[in-house]
Amino acid sequence: MNWDLGISGLGRRVISGVGRLGRATLFLVRLAPALGMAAGRVRLIIQQIYMTGVLTLVIVLVSGAFVGMILALQGYNTLVRYDAQSSLGLLVALSLTRELGPVLTALLFAGRAGSALTAEIGLMKATEQLDGMEMMAVDPLPRVVAPRFWAGWIAVPLLAMIFSAVGIIGAYVVAVGDLGLDGGVFWSQMQSGVSVSNDIIGGLLKSIVFGFVVSWIAVFEGYDAKPTSEGVSRATTRTVVSSSLAILALDFIMTAFMLRGL
Amino acid sequence: MDRPKSTEPLVAVRDLAFARDGRPIFRDLNLTVERGSVTAIMGGSGTGKTTLLSLIGGRLVPDRGTVEVAGEVVGSLSRKALFGLRRRMGMLFQSSALLTDLDVFENVAFPMREHTSLPEFLIHHLVLMKLELVGLRGARELFPAELSGGMSRRVALARAIALDPMMVMYDEPFAGLDPISMGVIVKLIRELNDALGMTSIVVTHDVVEACGIADYIYLVGDGRVIAQGTPADMQETDAPEVRQFMAGLPDGPVAFHYPAPGYLDDLLTGERP
Repeated sequence: MNWDLGISGLGRRVISGVGRLGRATLFLVRLAPALGMAAGRVRLIIQQIYMTGVLTLVIVLVSGAFVGMILALQGYNTLVRYDAQSSLGLLVALSLTRELGPVLTALLFAGRAGSALTAEIGLMKATEQLDGMEMMAVDPLPRVVAPRFWAGWIAVPLLAMIFSAVGIIGAYVVAVGDLGLDGGVFWSQMQSGVSVSNDIIGGLLKSIVFGFVVSWIAVFEGYDAKPTSEGVSRATTRTVVSSSLAILALDFIMTAFMLRGL
Repeated sequence: MDRPKSTEPLVAVRDLAFARDGRPIFRDLNLTVERGSVTAIMGGSGTGKTTLLSLIGGRLVPDRGTVEVAGEVVGSLSRKALFGLRRRMGMLFQSSALLTDLDVFENVAFPMREHTSLPEFLIHHLVLMKLELVGLRGARELFPAELSGGMSRRVALARAIALDPMMVMYDEPFAGLDPISMGVIVKLIRELNDALGMTSIVVTHDVVEACGIADYIYLVGDGRVIAQGTPADMQETDAPEVRQFMAGLPDGPVAFHYPAPGYLDDLLTGERP
């Protein structure tokens, strides 16, 4: 008996999940022309980049520095067993640019800015601001949703690069200041070992994809939220949960492709 | 009013039927709004008054019948034509629906910035003129969160008339206001209507205020127009539905009791199942 219930419950969840994905895709199709229209309104986009990007900057700077310092400590601990501590700079730079920078930035962005984006759009819906715009003959998709989408999409790659850069500086401080490594070796190993086309562009590509997905989920959940306080709070939670899962799953897929050289 | 009037009504609702979630809200609703008039649409809560404004504004499409505004059938317009028509309509939401991330000035300027390419100094002048009309020129730098209910409704009114519309629709403009703010809104609706040559549709359940400003009143209930007439007609009529509503009697054609089985039977059947 319980088995039946469990299986049908699982089926319901899968079906509703697939249905949601379909709704989100339809929403993206409707949003596409609005994205084109909004691309001309640079002022609105810059305003939103400030709202989403700059407000996430502090948390990205602090997290980046700590992650870099931890990487240096942990990496040194392992490398020193093989007497390879001179490669610490390379290890840190590769870990950050290829993996941790894009992924952690996207996760932080989803939690800090993605949730705020969802709540903002959801509340605008709940307080009839979107209806009001429609009645003023202003389409909310290009005016409200599209600039926020653009802003998120642009901000995430920029933030990821900042994250990696700060992380490397953090690692340098620990490696040279605390662990007593040679600064010149730290940088030169990094310079000779990190490839721009492979590692940096690869990481950038990841963060562009993450930025797209997080922004998409955030604006969709906000626009689709039930216009009540409970609906908005549920939508905010869903944004963080779905974004995090999507980021990690996509990261696995992209890493698998990239390491095999496409 | 001695302004020459076109004989065609500005809004004509004919044989309108509309159902939401399978629940019929209107069946065979007929009403017209004359140009230059203030028309009140009254009715109890849940009689679909706000829905009617959504139908006139083209946010909902009727199941049957037509809604004509300025000679155009609203439900059949393309999105572009509908938006063109909406630029000539203003709407005042019960919640004011001000944009919370913009200050008062920018809220009033919003429709001008979106729909015109007027130079900044002209927008500045126009916004101040609209704010002066509602008496809030001094509040231009406040944000919506800093406004009282009556003030935010006045800002919303300034925004609704920003593009000099031919018609303004008011959704429960008197609800939840203190007597002074209410008096201000009542005065503004009538004065703006006459001074700017607009047409106004006021959806409300406040009998006294509606009678004070309306040229014509429709009483809506049970999905249709129950009664219509000038405020004086409505006050004098003997029809029981109208009397009950106008005098605010708790029991009458609209029963005090929600439909239920007989009281005695209900008590005698004992415990709740």
